[in-house]
Amino acid sequence: MQGFQNIQSLAAGLRAGDFSSVELTQALLARIGELDGAVNAFINVTEDAALNGAKQADAELAKGTAGPLCGIPIAHKDLFCTAGELTTCASKMLANFTAPYSATVVDKLQQAGMVMLGKTNMDEFAMGSSNETSHFGPCHNPWDLSRVPGGSSGGSAAAVAAGFAPVATGTDTGGSIRQPAAYCGVSGIKPTYGRVSRYGMVAFASSLDQAGVFGRDVNDLALVLGAMSGFDARDSTSSEQADPWLEGLSDNPDLNISEPAKGTIGLPVEYFTDLSVGSAELEAVRLQLEGMGYRCVDVSLPHTDAAIPAYYVIAGAEASTNLSRYDGVRFGHRCEDPQSLEDLYERSRGEGFGGEVKRRILTGTYALSVGYYDAYYVKAQKVRRLIQQDFLTAFTKVDLILAPVAPTTAFAIGGVQDPVSMYQQDKFTIPASLAGLPAMSLPCGMHEGLPLGLQLIAPHFHERQLLECGARYQQQSDWHTQQPQVRA
Amino acid sequence: MTNEPPVSTKIDAADSGQASDAPDAPQDRIKDGINVAHLQRLARLALEPDQAQAAQADLHNIVAMIDAMQAVPTDGVEPLTHPLETPARLRPDRVTEVVDREAFQSVAPAADAGFYLVPKVIE
Repeated sequence: MQGFQNIQSLAAGLRAGDFSSVELTQALLARIGELDGAVNAFINVTEDAALNGAKQADAELAKGTAGPLCGIPIAHKDLFCTAGELTTCASKMLANFTAPYSATVVDKLQQAGMVMLGKTNMDEFAMGSSNETSHFGPCHNPWDLSRVPGGSSGGSAAAVAAGFAPVATGTDTGGSIRQPAAYCGVSGIKPTYGRVSRYGMVAFASSLDQAGVFGRDVNDLALVLGAMSGFDARDSTSSEQADPWLEGLSDNPDLNISEPAKGTIGLPVEYFTDLSVGSAELEAVRLQLEGMGYRCVDVSLPHTDAAIPAYYVIAGAEASTNLSRYDGVRFGHRCEDPQSLEDLYERSRGEGFGGEVKRRILTGTYALSVGYYDAYYVKAQKVRRLIQQDFLTAFTKVDLILAPVAPTTAFAIGGVQDPVSMYQQDKFTIPASLAGLPAMSLPCGMHEGLPLGLQLIAPHFHERQLLECGARYQQQSDWHTQQPQVRA
Repeated sequence: MTNEPPVSTKIDAADSGQASDAPDAPQDRIKDGINVAHLQRLARLALEPDQAQAAQADLHNIVAMIDAMQAVPTDGVEPLTHPLETPARLRPDRVTEVVDREAFQSVAPAADAGFYLVPKVIE
């Protein structure tokens, strides 16, 4: 897959007979085989499943009625359950785990004819901002192999950036799609909480986790998100609010952006104060958006600084609860020769979880423990409401919010050792996660040879405004077409 | 999910800076250290001695970072437990899923005759 090829150009090639899905899949598998030793974007390449899926897609394409995603390869974050293939969550705990069912997201994309290439690397149980906590070794940023791709969905972002897959799924709990998208120079969207089913996603923090997608451009995000979205009775938090426009995109893949842009975009002053990297590039974005017809104004999100503390209480508390299921009894790692049931629990968990996962479990356990529950967990939930209220107030004045994605570009592998410093990576992405808002990261420049991202945030269920604004921006910029030269 | 119990007065007292019936103020907890051994027991999580020592230092710093939110006034603010605040969805009380025991137990570390095997619990 040389040069910039989005889904629409690949779909056109499939229909014109320039190549078959099997040939496209083989070419990508060969590229992965040649270069992924250096990148480590994949934990598991599912070659047989990929070629079988591609054969079926070619048969569908031959009938002439297949949708635009049929025959297009995709990589899945190794947190989505895939029946018949390993789902490790990048943890020793699940290193040999094969789920007995597939996630709704995986099923839906397979039904659309997409071809799974493999499962991508990530931070263990999605806990991290650098992909360094993976049990299977860090993933490397294709723009500079000595640097991190971001996290937790680092492998998916790196796979798209390296040209291993045109699109890849990810999940975002506090920024795990947007930050790696920015670091790897690709586009990524986290939809509204509840828009995409969490069924079959290994749970980290259930009130925050949301699936999304990485791609080369906004059109690709829209197409795949449309196919992933929709109510699912098997997810108790799945939203019943339908979006016929979004779900109909696979029949009509063109975003309608021919009309002049309308609306107001807010720039939160708290996000731009002391922003050292990217302020000039974001100022250029603002001018471009104004040139398209948007009005840009300053807004205030006054509780921004409280977002990281509140998030690490809520996410830790939910993680300590969700991860209690790994007990060495029903699935996952089990210690050797347990002396008692307690010993079985404690050693299986002690051996199966890595350092960052243990830190989050202990933080959450602390916040939920007797005497501290109100002072930490309930307090964090109150702060969460204030943060959401900040956004809701801002959205009475503006239609979208423009912000940075991360405070820096991709940092060196091993360059951030202190957990609290690492947590600051998410300062611009966590607030929208706490509020459950849809948000997107798009490439908007380069700083010292590394990609920079812009973040757009929309009101709940306003993915259309987000995608259309992003598509307009990409009509007038070419940052998203730039690709790294990856060497083995 | 929306019908959370009313917030206790304890938190309101903490918000206003008065003494609460929590064991001690956040600053004192940090000063006195965090009882990692107790947390390990609660979380059923074995740590090597060097890991426990590192966890002690890390948790000290993490809790200090988290305590910054204590300065945010939250009197009268209702906790937000779910980002969309939609009510829990109910369905008819009918069997809709059949558990495939064999499939689920195929990934168990130790199972026999339909049972999960664990060390002896009752003598």
